[in-house]
Amino acid sequence: MKYWWWKVLSVVLLLGVVIVGLRTPLSPALIACTPDRVAPGPVTVTLAGYNTHFTDAVIALWIENSGQRVCATSFKALSNDRIEMQFTVPPGLRNEFCDLWVRTRTHGDLRYRDAFYTVERGQGLDPATASTCEPADVAAASTPFTLPNRNILNESIRNLFFHVPMWFAMVALMSIGVWKSIRVLQLGKARYDREALAAVQVGLLFGLFGLVTGSLWARVTWGTWWTTDAKLNGAAVAVLMYLAYLVLRGSVPEPAKRARLAAIYSIFAFVFMLLFFFVLPRLNAVDSLHPGNGGNPAFNTYDLDSRLRMIFYPACIGWIGLSVWMYDLRKRMAHLENTRQHANDR
Amino acid sequence: MNSEFVQLLRLEWRLDRRQKHALGSMALYVLSTVYTCYLGVKQLTAVPVWNALFWIILLFAAFNALQRTFQREDGGRQLYLHTLAHPRSVILARTTYNAVTMAVLSMISLAAYVLFIGDRVLEEANVGMFVLAVVLGAVGFALALTLIAAIAARAGSGLGLMAILGLPIVLPMLLAVMRASKLALDGVAWSVTSKYFIGLLAINALAVALAAILFPYLWRD
Repeated sequence: MKYWWWKVLSVVLLLGVVIVGLRTPLSPALIACTPDRVAPGPVTVTLAGYNTHFTDAVIALWIENSGQRVCATSFKALSNDRIEMQFTVPPGLRNEFCDLWVRTRTHGDLRYRDAFYTVERGQGLDPATASTCEPADVAAASTPFTLPNRNILNESIRNLFFHVPMWFAMVALMSIGVWKSIRVLQLGKARYDREALAAVQVGLLFGLFGLVTGSLWARVTWGTWWTTDAKLNGAAVAVLMYLAYLVLRGSVPEPAKRARLAAIYSIFAFVFMLLFFFVLPRLNAVDSLHPGNGGNPAFNTYDLDSRLRMIFYPACIGWIGLSVWMYDLRKRMAHLENTRQHANDR
Repeated sequence: MNSEFVQLLRLEWRLDRRQKHALGSMALYVLSTVYTCYLGVKQLTAVPVWNALFWIILLFAAFNALQRTFQREDGGRQLYLHTLAHPRSVILARTTYNAVTMAVLSMISLAAYVLFIGDRVLEEANVGMFVLAVVLGAVGFALALTLIAAIAARAGSGLGLMAILGLPIVLPMLLAVMRASKLALDGVAWSVTSKYFIGLLAINALAVALAAILFPYLWRD
């Protein structure tokens, strides 16, 4: 237990991440409504939700335009994610777009931003004659644990617990690799060379997983498997660089020379990898789609809220722990193979 | 150390003067590539294509020019240098020499390119900024690739290994410099492009520092 507690910890954390991260439902959201424009007069609106409980939880529905509200005269839930409602829209709504609000017993207020285009605009509702409304307040229920439901990201938000930690694990392993490479240059021992190789091999595996999960995520959210984006280029180039490291190793037959050349290239490559991951994306930020660049907020600025953090941080620790464990196994295998070869030679 | 550096620079220059075909072949490589492109496309007026083609030519000219830095020495000359000079001065002198060579070569390529492929894209360009981007990019290739050339030469493989090892290293630099030169061709103001130039300078400084630290380990045999 003394030496392997961290292996148990990372496996337990990853199990928790997989179960909680994949089983937790997304928070309810409003995703579509018809019609998409309102004119003064009666109108029937159908609203679609995702993970909502329209049949038993809806208290009130209203349209909001420049702070003024128009409540639904009646509503009827067709199912848990479809609801039909009637409005009598008074003349004089001021703003171009109206929001649609739903007050629920289970999840508080849900907002569908810019649900309607206002056809005949005026100077605002006349407070004396307009039938504005005050929806009944609801006692703040303890909301169940859910993941944020973001437009476009939708269910794929769970990939955050897999895609991002892959790169963290890769950088962690390459750091081990560069440390072992420095030891090779300092001490010139073959064992450090084997350890550096093991770190790069496992790190490369995590880099490839990072590319695959990222590519899938890009397909779901951006609609393309790959795009020329500063961060994507950096990631691809980093993987290419370490593939080149393996090619370099393959092309030098003499072990001592191979160890030294590979160590030098690996240190050079590591510094450039950090540059590609953390500096160049900021330089080319203007045309980046990736979160954290070019006006696209990273998750932490708007949505890495406490709910995501509670799973994301254990996921990072778990994946890094698992990758270091894999490195440890690979390293020990390499040492054993080396010993066996020496025994055979003798 | 200082005079050693100067002596090594002079040695490089003398070696190149002695084998004139080396310098000539670099220029000829660029000229023939540009002429091949000219045969293919005649005149180019689209800014992105003009820019991209120029950088592709320059990139491969750089690989071609830099791969020979460490390959021309046979065992005897290397041993001789090893006993006389500190490895750091050797790499710094070679890097400097390569940087100057690449700066000159980039200007030759640019002149040939403008002559054959056309200068219509330069009409609205910020020419000073474009030339600066070209020179900085070419110097950047030299700084990043000199150590790679040394590794490839030590590994005993030719241009193939150098391209495999070097391409990922220069690719992001190439992207940044292509973008900077594209902006220069579009005539964008300095305030927009300055961050690319600062970034390039930073990458170049980093490459030189790494080469100076790592090369002594490579030199030791």
